[in-house]
Amino acid sequence: MSSTAIPLAHQEEWKLPYHGTVAMAALIVAETAIFSIFVVAYIYYIGKSISGPQPRQVLELPIFNTVCLLSSSFTIWLAEHALKKSAMGAFRLWWALTVLLGGIFLVGTGLEWKKLIYHDGLTISTNLFGTTFYSLVGLHASHVIIGLTMLSLVLIFSLAGKLKSEHHKQLGVLSLYWHFVDGVWVVVFTVVYIIGR
Amino acid sequence: MADSTLPIGSAIDLTPPSEVYGTWLDVVNSWVTTVDHKKIGLMYIGYAAVFLLVGGFEAILLRIQLAVPHNNFLSPEVFNRIFTMHGTTMVFLMGMPLVIGFANYLVPLMIGARDMSFPRMNAFSFWMTALGGLMLYYSFIGGVGLQGAGSAPDVTWWAYAPLTERAFSRGHSTDYWALSLIVSGFGTIGAAVNIIATTLCLRCKGMTLFRMPLLAWLYLVVSGMILVTISPLTAAQIMLCVDRYLGGHFFDSQAGGAPVVWAHFFWIFGHPEVYVLVLPAFAIANEVIPVFSRKAIFGYPAMVSASAGIGVISLSVWAHHMFTVGMTSAQNAFFVLSTGLVGVPTGIKIFNWIATMWGGKIRFATPMLFCSAFLIQFLFAGLTGIMLSTAPWNWQLHNSYFVIAHFHYVLVGAIVFCFFGGFYYWYPKMIGKMLNERLGKWHFWLFVIGFHLCFDLMHIPGLLGMPRSIYTYEPGRGWDTLNFIVSMGGIIQGIATAIFVYNLVYSYFKGEEAGPDPWDAWTLEWATSSPPPEYNFATEPVVMSRRPLWDLKHPEDPDYRYEE
Repeated sequence: MSSTAIPLAHQEEWKLPYHGTVAMAALIVAETAIFSIFVVAYIYYIGKSISGPQPRQVLELPIFNTVCLLSSSFTIWLAEHALKKSAMGAFRLWWALTVLLGGIFLVGTGLEWKKLIYHDGLTISTNLFGTTFYSLVGLHASHVIIGLTMLSLVLIFSLAGKLKSEHHKQLGVLSLYWHFVDGVWVVVFTVVYIIGR
Repeated sequence: MADSTLPIGSAIDLTPPSEVYGTWLDVVNSWVTTVDHKKIGLMYIGYAAVFLLVGGFEAILLRIQLAVPHNNFLSPEVFNRIFTMHGTTMVFLMGMPLVIGFANYLVPLMIGARDMSFPRMNAFSFWMTALGGLMLYYSFIGGVGLQGAGSAPDVTWWAYAPLTERAFSRGHSTDYWALSLIVSGFGTIGAAVNIIATTLCLRCKGMTLFRMPLLAWLYLVVSGMILVTISPLTAAQIMLCVDRYLGGHFFDSQAGGAPVVWAHFFWIFGHPEVYVLVLPAFAIANEVIPVFSRKAIFGYPAMVSASAGIGVISLSVWAHHMFTVGMTSAQNAFFVLSTGLVGVPTGIKIFNWIATMWGGKIRFATPMLFCSAFLIQFLFAGLTGIMLSTAPWNWQLHNSYFVIAHFHYVLVGAIVFCFFGGFYYWYPKMIGKMLNERLGKWHFWLFVIGFHLCFDLMHIPGLLGMPRSIYTYEPGRGWDTLNFIVSMGGIIQGIATAIFVYNLVYSYFKGEEAGPDPWDAWTLEWATSSPPPEYNFATEPVVMSRRPLWDLKHPEDPDYRYEE
């Protein structure tokens, strides 16, 4: 098939980035902007609650949860690595572990919220701290839920034998999202549990 | 002028288009289920055109009310709803779809691609935007506002807290405002992600980033901006919904919150948003002015850098909308300086457009008429913008008609004018017929006269102290005659727009055949037939310069000898 137009001066390789990664990076930029607004609101309102429970009184450092979530970043990387080598058994193991660790994080967050609501009387409408806390942590948790849903879907596909080593690029896109979610948690943890207390 | 001397034989598929359309249901189905960027682009543009008429109708209503003092054509409550809907409609349901529609149609064609990177997400984005618009207008019958059965939001398009809090905005009209924009915001972000992925990943062979048409560059910048601009609005609107429905206190001063936080978050969105609207107008000028001056754009690298610079700096100027809220002198000064700074790359672009025309063989076809008017009007709008950017001047004129005159000068005088020019330039490509030149000139001159009567004079009542957002005014303040003439100008613009709409419809049926390249232009979209086949290019283009069609038409003097 002849080219219509000017021939290339020399045979150069025409390599452009993978569109899945570019799109996910763009989405991450947008999500970062949304989270930044909630973080800015949180920081601006630190210490401004007029009444109700204060952070220092009711917040405990969620060390175990954090370790689980951040480890899931490591396990997902191991899973990707295994997929590239077509080690499907190892892939399923690490991937399932990632889903499990993410699930533990969510359960832990739920237990923490249960204590805050029923034991400490802190809800989203109690005071500024409650509003900004539940909004920011809740926004993050909703992104964890979306991520876990997608990860679980992939696990199901993998258990059904549909996943192949060639899919590593698409999986890379999903794990990029998951790393982002973990990165956001580092920021939220610092702002809410360290600076804010 | 139809031109068919294009030596790109194998690029144009000469198979005659199939005439089998099926029933009208088949046609509707093909549009509703399409993932083709051209059809989706046309749907966005059509959607914007409809809301241009709706928003314009709302503007005419406002101007009738304000034409004479103590008028009672519209009650204060209805007036508040109409101007809120006018602003919200023009920005979100006219401006954004128009911007995204042109991007959808042109970007893949200009970079030699077959479609956008994510065609299904493209369709999803359109339908989300469309849904948002329908939700917003449903509020007219479903809003259950304070005054009775249904009402649209009446809180201005910037919806300041605490007016929007539950206590002061009863019923659901504000919720329609917030939720419909959240929904269409998802569509917009999807479109931005798509444009970035397409531009970075689907360029044809040889098209390095610095050989892309400037329109593609500008849309890359615009898409990057959308990612960090729409998101703050979505965040703020979520916060508003939390306040209104979950008892939150984000903007509740009685609980320690601060309404000014809404203002900051809204304008962190709102200012870059207007640059999101204006940069595509620049993109159109970047394509039209060189072709009708018969000269390549002057200073392509500077244009790229200036566009990126405008994009970045515009993220730092937002509080020039808030000089009167009581920030410290240091904070005010920062925003004065950053706003002044954003004028520098803008000025560079204006100089480069002038330099492009200088010494060229200028042809004042209708697209060029609109883009030339844009140059003059945008300059003037920028100057009043710089005036407003100085805080002490702003303290006198904040919330006055001077501000309204300034931003309409940019929105209408720059953006609408350029998009009209873009319509006349690309309609032949999209539809295959030329728009009627005589009607185009009537449209242009009537619109120019109407525009200047309306918005030039509007500055004066502002300087004389007339506030914005008022439903009527006292006689004898010196505003009466001016407001009347302004209203006449509005009506004249309406008539000109009606001529334009007539031209669009008339030319669809009776227009002159366009052929692939009626304007003797240089970018890849002119290498396909008009309208392009679904797959765009029969063979993948290969380019070696910024003006691939010039290289083809002038093999003895190709651009790639001069570039680099």
